Amino acid sequence: MRRKKACAGSTTVAVSLAIFLVIFTAITLYTFFAKTWWFPDPITTFGRDIDQQFLRTLVITGIVFVLSQLGLAWVIFRYRGRGQRAQHIEGNLTMEVVWTLATLVLFVGLGVYAERAWAEVHFRSAVPGAVQIEVTGQQFVWNFRYPGPDGKFGRLDPKLVNASGGNPLGLDPTDPAGKDDLVVPVVAVPVNREVELLIRSQDVTHSFFVRELRLKQDAVPGLLIRIHFSATQTGQYEIPCAELCGLGHYRMRSFLTVMPQADYDKWLADQAAANQ
Amino acid sequence: MVTHESGAVHAHAAPTGFIWKYIFSTDHKIIGIQYILLALVSAFVGMFLSVLMRIHLVWPNAKLPFIAGGVMTPEQYLALLTMHGSIMVFMVLTTAPQSGFGNYFLPIQIGAADMAFPVINMLSFWITFLSLLVMLAAFFVVGGAPISGWTAYPPLSALGEIAGPGQGAGQTLWVIGVAIFCGASLMGALNFITTTIDLRTKGMSLMRMPLTVWAWFLTAILGLLAFGVLLAACILLLLDRTAMTSFFIPGGLVITDQQVAHKGGSTLLWQHLFWFFGHPEVYIAILPGMGVTSHMLSTFARKPVFGYRAMVYAMCSIGFLGFCVWGHHMFVSGMSPYSALAFSLLTMSIGVPSAIKTFNWLGTLWGGQIRFTTAMLFALGFVSLFVSGGLSGLFLAQPAIDLYFHDTYFVVGHFHLIMGVAAIFGMFSALFFWFPKMFGRHLNEPLGKLHFWITFIGVYAIFMPMHYLGMAGHPRRYSDLSGANFLGPLMPVQRFISIAAFLTIAVQFIFLINFLWSLKFGKKAEKNPWEATTLEWTIPSPPPHDNFAGVEPVIYRAAYEYAQPGAVEDYVPQHLAPEQVARAR
Ligand code: HEM
Ligand SMILES: [Cu+2]
Ligand SMILES: [Cu+2]
Repeated sequence: MRRKKACAGSTTVAVSLAIFLVIFTAITLYTFFAKTWWFPDPITTFGRDIDQQFLRTLVITGIVFVLSQLGLAWVIFRYRGRGQRAQHIEGNLTMEVVWTLATLVLFVGLGVYAERAWAEVHFRSAVPGAVQIEVTGQQFVWNFRYPGPDGKFGRLDPKLVNASGGNPLGLDPTDPAGKDDLVVPVVAVPVNREVELLIRSQDVTHSFFVRELRLKQDAVPGLLIRIHFSATQTGQYEIPCAELCGLGHYRMRSFLTVMPQADYDKWLADQAAANQ
Repeated sequence: MVTHESGAVHAHAAPTGFIWKYIFSTDHKIIGIQYILLALVSAFVGMFLSVLMRIHLVWPNAKLPFIAGGVMTPEQYLALLTMHGSIMVFMVLTTAPQSGFGNYFLPIQIGAADMAFPVINMLSFWITFLSLLVMLAAFFVVGGAPISGWTAYPPLSALGEIAGPGQGAGQTLWVIGVAIFCGASLMGALNFITTTIDLRTKGMSLMRMPLTVWAWFLTAILGLLAFGVLLAACILLLLDRTAMTSFFIPGGLVITDQQVAHKGGSTLLWQHLFWFFGHPEVYIAILPGMGVTSHMLSTFARKPVFGYRAMVYAMCSIGFLGFCVWGHHMFVSGMSPYSALAFSLLTMSIGVPSAIKTFNWLGTLWGGQIRFTTAMLFALGFVSLFVSGGLSGLFLAQPAIDLYFHDTYFVVGHFHLIMGVAAIFGMFSALFFWFPKMFGRHLNEPLGKLHFWITFIGVYAIFMPMHYLGMAGHPRRYSDLSGANFLGPLMPVQRFISIAAFLTIAVQFIFLINFLWSLKFGKKAEKNPWEATTLEWTIPSPPPHDNFAGVEPVIYRAAYEYAQPGAVEDYVPQHLAPEQVARAR
């Protein structure tokens, strides 16, 4: 019986494909090593933890990536059809067990390791005495509310919401706790102090995101979600909206300013005065 | 083992008349082709929408065709985004790999004359077609197509027009279209499952089934469990929109200064239901591609699949774990942070069967005699893409890291590689492989290779840089880079991506031309041009109406008997009786 000859040109294809895979792997490695595009510097301790964990994951996935892509390139090149007969191999139980266990330990271990940073953000509540700020998303602005000198947020009543009339959150004027509440479209916090955000939404789901904090939290209608952070670096940072909220999603943006305590106190006083 | 005696010998007469033969056909082969054509048309529509989006992102003031007003508005961008995602996911990735190729080849590969329920099969297709029409109709109603993305999170998707243009009639049509699609998919899933269990021919035990059959079978089980949930979710959403119920809308909402009368619902409920469907859905898209890839690597490396059983178990565990990880889409959604731990570790462990598959693919190639057909090239591309797209999942599976990457372009890069492009490579591979069987003619190989090369390089050029955008924090679903200062410097990357996309999309026309040209002028195909082992290669190309002409094939061996020691030929087909195998002395 007739045996097909090895495909003509199979060496060219094999070599080109192998070379492409090598080049692709090299470019990918280069862009990560050269940090051509990279994260902005973190301004929280857990942000630095997260970056560490990112690097650990990058190393492990990087090794698997390089081995698999180059392995693929190698077998493509080495076993290109040249008229040889393929070996009859049906499998290898030892190898199956080894790579199953190895990846299980590696991947799940990585996952377990990552829980520390997550626990820091989400399992611990804010320390007593943290600066409390309420964050409200609405199409397509952020509003931030400070409780004022009494430390208490006044009652909100959705029926009183009137953004065009100057009451975007629906503050109830009959509640004395709300008298000194300060509502502003940008947020300032003191440096090196724990800040607790109480995140909510008035209409659809939005998401509060500050890249430098390494923090993102959806603002969910019907829920009040608490997150906390302590910024170690003064400066101004952007707050883009990170959950599709309608046609103005791309321009729903505010600013977070981290300032020294003294500047912060002055800023609060100025804002309160301007608000009277 | 259940093999149905009557299964393969269902000698039903071929219908006559164009309509019954080609339109309302109950022949699984015609239905398979119908699904493939539906996916092909949808893929070109979806690609066209992405071209418009990519132009707008990098040249926001460009005048565009088909865009009311010429220059695209933010809501038009979001409408294109929603329809691009929905069409690609539902109408391309869920139809061609499973309902298209599965329909055509599952019955043949197990030795059956047709699906278990041919009429239901026909209805599944036409209901799917109806759902496509309903979905596309959203473009033509007042307000246009919906803007809430393919995930349609309420309240944005539940509140109606007040939430934005497209959220009125457009969103309603979308919900109805998806619900109809769920119905069709459920029927299809039942059909696939019953067929695989009941209609296997003599000797076709489960562990002798080609891995493609395993993949289609498991995908059908996933579909049965997932689409029911999405259907329920869509009905609830439709009720919220039209009957003033409040399943997904909490009380006290105020939108553009207007009170919303709903109260008592939960927006997270939708997210749970949606992702309980949505994560298995990505496996529905990719499992058939995995099956096809295994099939190709074995056939064209002339070797048995390395670790066949491990491959089957890996697919089963991917399918099972796939239902336990939906929460990884919700790490920042406000659900309990403790549940994030469980979802995270379960997701990391789904990397294990995925890695097993990759290693076994390399093992299959190892020691082979690789024939570089276009089908094989796409399968090799699949392996590379699966690795690249899968590994970025390990970042997203860690809640702490996902705090940063969630809803950025990192995710867009990740899912396009693993779900979009890898699955599409699986389809191209399947098409180049089976086209001769389906149409009796080969696709043109040189054109196919040209198409492969540019596409392979192109998709990496489009989707790898998206990871870098994500690392810079670029949020997804942004119609414009002017909204935040840090986005400006990323424009060169976006430009690069757009140009790569235009080129890649342009070469898809090479494929289209190849497809149409080869239907008529392609090289005539023999019965078994690839020297393959499975049953479809024992019957004429194209196969007769009842596949095996009334003769029930008998199976003597496993699916991938290549390079058998002792045999003269380097492949031993499944149906060959032991005494017929030519022995080397
Ligand atoms: C031809 C190449 C393709 C290009 C250039 C492309 C481009 C895009 C772009 C620009 C976006 C919007 C990103 C954003 O603004 O957030 C997008 C979203 C999306 N694409 Fe593609 N795409 C392509 C192919 C595919 C394929 C094959 C699939 C199949 C799975 C797919 C599925 C999706 C989905 C599900 C979304 C998300 C939609 C949403 O956010 O609701 N795309 N694509
Ligand atoms: Cu938004
Ligand atoms: Cu998922």
